[in-house]
Amino acid sequence: MSSAATAPVAMVTDEDTLNDDARKPGTDPARKANPGTLKRLFGYIMKYKVRIVIIVVSIILAAVAQAGSALFLQTLIDRYILPLVGKSNPVWAPLVQALVLMGCLYAVGTFAQWLFNFLLVDVEQGVMKTIRDDMFAHQQTLPIAYFDTHEHGNVMSRYTNDTDTLRQAISQSFPQMLSSGVTALAALIAMLYLSVPYTLFVLVFSALLVLILRVLVSRSGRYFVKQQQELGDVNAFVEEAVNGQKVVKVFNHEDAMQADFDARNDRLYDASTAANTYGNVTMPVVGNLGYLLYVLSAVFGGLAILGNWGNFGLTGVGVYSLGTIISLLTLSRSFTNPIGQVSQQFTMVMMALAGASRIFELMDAQPETDEGTVTLVNVELGSDGRTMTETDRVTGHWAWKREASDDGTRSREAARKLSPKALEVAQKAHEQAVTSSNGRLTLLRGDVRFTDVTFGYDPAKPVLHDITWFAKPGQKIALVGATGAGKTTITNLINRFYDVQEGMILYDGINVKGIRKPDLRRSLGIVLQDVNLFTGTVMDNIRYGKLDATDEECIAAAKLTNADSFIRMLPEGYNTVLEGDGSGLSQGQRQLISIARAAVANPPALILDEATSSIDTRTEAVVQAGMDNLMQGRTVFVIAHRLSTVRNSDVIMVLDHGRIIERGSHDELIAEKGEYYQLYTGSLELE
Amino acid sequence: MSAITVDAPAATAAKTKLPPKHTIRTLLKSLREYKTASLLSPLFVVVEGVIEIVIPSVIAVLIDKGITGRSMHDIWEYGGILIVCAAVSLGAGFLSGRFAAVASSGFAKNLRHDEFKKVQDFSFTNIDRFSTGSIITRLTTDVTNVQNAYQMLIRVGMRAPVMLIVSWIFAYRISPQISLVFLACIPVLGVGLIGMAAAVHPIFERVFHTYDELNNIVDEDLQGIRVVKSFNREDHEDRKFSKVSMLIYRQFCKAEKMLSINSPLFSLCMYTSLITIAWIGARQIVASGNNAAVGLTTGDLTALVTYAMQIMMAMMMLSMIFVMVIISRASAERICSVLTEESTIREVATPVKDVKDGSIDFDHVSFRYSVNSEKPVLDDIDLHIRSGQTVGIIGGTGSAKSSLVQLIPRLYDVTEGSLKVGGTDVRDYDLVSLRDQVAMVLQKNILFSGTIAENLRWGNPDATDEEIRHACQLAQADGFIQEFPDKYDTWIEQGGTNVSGGQRQRLCIARALLKKPKILILDDSTSAVDTKTDKLIREAFHHEIPDTTKIIIAQRVASVEESDMIIVMHEGRVLDKGTHDELMASCEEYRSIYESQTQQHSAQDLDKESQDWHEEEAEAAAFKQQYMHDEAAAGTKTEGGDAR
Repeated sequence: MSSAATAPVAMVTDEDTLNDDARKPGTDPARKANPGTLKRLFGYIMKYKVRIVIIVVSIILAAVAQAGSALFLQTLIDRYILPLVGKSNPVWAPLVQALVLMGCLYAVGTFAQWLFNFLLVDVEQGVMKTIRDDMFAHQQTLPIAYFDTHEHGNVMSRYTNDTDTLRQAISQSFPQMLSSGVTALAALIAMLYLSVPYTLFVLVFSALLVLILRVLVSRSGRYFVKQQQELGDVNAFVEEAVNGQKVVKVFNHEDAMQADFDARNDRLYDASTAANTYGNVTMPVVGNLGYLLYVLSAVFGGLAILGNWGNFGLTGVGVYSLGTIISLLTLSRSFTNPIGQVSQQFTMVMMALAGASRIFELMDAQPETDEGTVTLVNVELGSDGRTMTETDRVTGHWAWKREASDDGTRSREAARKLSPKALEVAQKAHEQAVTSSNGRLTLLRGDVRFTDVTFGYDPAKPVLHDITWFAKPGQKIALVGATGAGKTTITNLINRFYDVQEGMILYDGINVKGIRKPDLRRSLGIVLQDVNLFTGTVMDNIRYGKLDATDEECIAAAKLTNADSFIRMLPEGYNTVLEGDGSGLSQGQRQLISIARAAVANPPALILDEATSSIDTRTEAVVQAGMDNLMQGRTVFVIAHRLSTVRNSDVIMVLDHGRIIERGSHDELIAEKGEYYQLYTGSLELE
Repeated sequence: MSAITVDAPAATAAKTKLPPKHTIRTLLKSLREYKTASLLSPLFVVVEGVIEIVIPSVIAVLIDKGITGRSMHDIWEYGGILIVCAAVSLGAGFLSGRFAAVASSGFAKNLRHDEFKKVQDFSFTNIDRFSTGSIITRLTTDVTNVQNAYQMLIRVGMRAPVMLIVSWIFAYRISPQISLVFLACIPVLGVGLIGMAAAVHPIFERVFHTYDELNNIVDEDLQGIRVVKSFNREDHEDRKFSKVSMLIYRQFCKAEKMLSINSPLFSLCMYTSLITIAWIGARQIVASGNNAAVGLTTGDLTALVTYAMQIMMAMMMLSMIFVMVIISRASAERICSVLTEESTIREVATPVKDVKDGSIDFDHVSFRYSVNSEKPVLDDIDLHIRSGQTVGIIGGTGSAKSSLVQLIPRLYDVTEGSLKVGGTDVRDYDLVSLRDQVAMVLQKNILFSGTIAENLRWGNPDATDEEIRHACQLAQADGFIQEFPDKYDTWIEQGGTNVSGGQRQRLCIARALLKKPKILILDDSTSAVDTKTDKLIREAFHHEIPDTTKIIIAQRVASVEESDMIIVMHEGRVLDKGTHDELMASCEEYRSIYESQTQQHSAQDLDKESQDWHEEEAEAAAFKQQYMHDEAAAGTKTEGGDAR
């Protein structure tokens, strides 16, 4: 949403409402549902082929039964009632028979009606479920950048408001349209039967009618699309407002939020009013134009009879008879009415298509690409420290496994293309990596090398410049530096939430781009500063790190990370249900749970990104000691502002404005009396 | 938003409160300026409906006199009347459609407005009762359902009964006996519909509850996507989602399958009446010899059937409305429960609007987030802070430092004891006046989508550019803001994901400073800021806002060292208070915190730390061993299986 979106919206005309998409750079500029949406939606519906066939047949049967009741009466009177009139001893049997026959037709019609309504439920709900599930599954594959740039509430709206529009379309509009279509077709055939010229006349008139309807329907449809967008917008705003409620209250910002909300609410109102107005007037327009047609037909009929016009129908050639004219007049109404019903349903369909195209837009968002082929496996390490045997068991040793066609030179080839320096680094990394004799397995040791890495979220504005650094296996590496120096960005690159623009990252001599993302991420535990917990018990939240962990394992991990003591003090201990992102807990407690969650995953390497920033220093020391023990011999990256957090690291790198300006151990750096020293003693700020 | 629910059953019990009474009355209060449109729409519908009944008689005359009578003059005349009728009907139809759209969209708009307003007044206890996902659905999907039902109601809902009654009266005039057939349908339909509504309503209530759950899962997945991805939990999330999605599918199917008997039920009644009418009609016609003077004629029968059709159409419409109302009833109740929810934080009748000064007095304050919790979060706090003092609060994780300060702007109410600001109990203040004078920088720093300047103006909407810049300079934020290409117009994404944690903290401090409050609370708000900047911020406070009471919660002793008073918290109690020097002398806890941070360990502390270390080492080893053991056991099993 742009800043303009917060501006108060005065009275807006139709055109303004339609054109204000331009004010919102984030939203899709498309004013109509994307072409192909209907086809795609039918793709989902057609999965229920058998049921659809039964439903279509049932709808036709029900429509026939309904149409039958109109024709029934005349026949009844002419053939069964009038002959009995005046007879002293009338025979009722034929009439009873006819009524029973009719009753049977009605029974079939009613049953068909129930059957298609019943079967439609499965189709409609099934389609909705499939679409919801597909959408969520696809959402899981999207890159982090998507989530960083799309409003959450707007995405959520697609799961509820937009899928909901499908419910109406599938369960009401489509069947209604089909049934009306059948009625119209029946009327058309009957008209042709009686008179071809008159039918042509009605068709020409209907064509004009359809032209008017098209204007109405397309207007209405456009506003319905708009309504769905605005609804998503309101949804996004509410989500943000409720999640930030504390800040709103602390700043007495309720009124401003309300004003902001009302502006969005007004836009939704405008779109909704316009959409519904066009939708509502469709039927009166069709109905009354139908009367116009009727009058025209009556004039036509009058002239025809008076002038003894010639007529030809499918039955033959003759003149217009009185009966023919009267029948034609009735039929013309049976033909135009369904057109109105169809067009009225059309607005519903437009709305559903608007919803569907928003859904498909999410489904079509480019997923995270993963061209990696190297996987992570557990290995049994031989006594020589070089022989590796692949195993399913967790041994505490992991290895990178290349696919059969990969001879292990790919990363060096990539480096060769990059620069001589990169090749040199890759060469060295390769030499130091422990690789099996067949070249398929490389021991995971946590050797991470950055070569001339440049990266910016916006490629034009790099956040990191020519970063080159090496992490030796088993080291604890700290990244310190002022806020905004690019520390978190570095971790985003290692686990490939984002990809480097220039340069190369090697992990045990393998280009990270060659490693399958799930395996790469499995190899790196990560604890972030902003903790996200999920609805569920504390135990469930810890178990998130390793889904098959036993309760004992979870508790052991909590003990290790010093979370156990406070968890036991919660009302229900480990079974305390956390809701709303665990917001009843303090930030520090949430961080402790998130560290326990990473500990239970027992990762081969670990990134702690300001993971202990809200934990008091003494608790932090205990947590650190625990984690150091767990991670002994494994590479750990620590990002922190607080120097007490990084003091006992093997290597400390000082970052400033996306560049490394110093590196060494705590003691070395202190002795150097450089920036770190000044930072440590508080006499320098890195900005 | 506190969110520790004591146990699941209790939580759901709280959620499934009795449906509020007078749902309709409560909702209709939100009609306001759309009352006129709501009345005009049905009025025009009635006009439309009446014309609709008049038109067939005009047509009958047109056919009789014009076509059958071969009179071109009559064709023109009655054709003209018909066209005038159609024009009036079109006008009425257009107006009723327009008014219905305005009324229903406006009603929905007001409902959303009222709900949002109400939600803004909610205390965190209230929000917990609903959950974020649920509040969102109640403001969007539920309102849309009510809007559709309302529109249906004022248009078709008016037209159908009019058509039904008028048609029935016409039928009655032709044959009272036959018109009774229609009346016989009413109990059948009534019983069927009421039974169906009773069966379906609870399911719809459940469906919407499940929808909330779905919304929550999506929300959490979006918020925690980094966690999901770094643990490779995409499939796990997928399974969670599918489970709830399946539940919605099942519940909806069940409810809608029950509803699927709705229209067949109507058809059944209608078709039965048709055949009955035909039978009775036939007998009467034959009896009368088709003589109008004696009794029923075929023409009458035709007319009766036409009315029967019209009644059928009306009933069909009614059944559609009925289904819509059933679906929207659950929604209406959900909206209503938001509108009638009483904020747990209540205001007094004559609130104090003026906060005298920045003094704060805690008189034996105890606090629990939930009445059910066993142990109070804050236990008997007795603290007195003078206006203009700088107070540091320090203590371990979970020592309730944040809970303590959140009582001051009344984000929560004390459970026992009293809390006074400026000499007056906080509960006696006007909430807005109190919060205007208490600025708080929260631990979880939240920025909203908008530019930096827009975010900062939260503190003071009328702040000039200079004031904003000045506040940022004090908060040491101006420097990095100037480095952004768009400076103060830089766009902040939702939650502030595009600035670093430290930058976010400083923006939040600047935002608080712009309020020019009497009390400024920093809840661990400089944890991501480097020490030097931290110091600069404190110095700026000291010089620029000397009269403001400043409460600083920090992990770093350095952040609070120079405070007039330092409070050491431990497990919800005040362990000790005093100046740095006093505490160094008197408080062992404080000393050990201080020393753990400055590395000037005394021999004793080193021992203590190494002891901690060893304990941890032992625990880690145990953990590792157990872990490996479990895994090994699992691994051997599978391997053994392979071997066999």
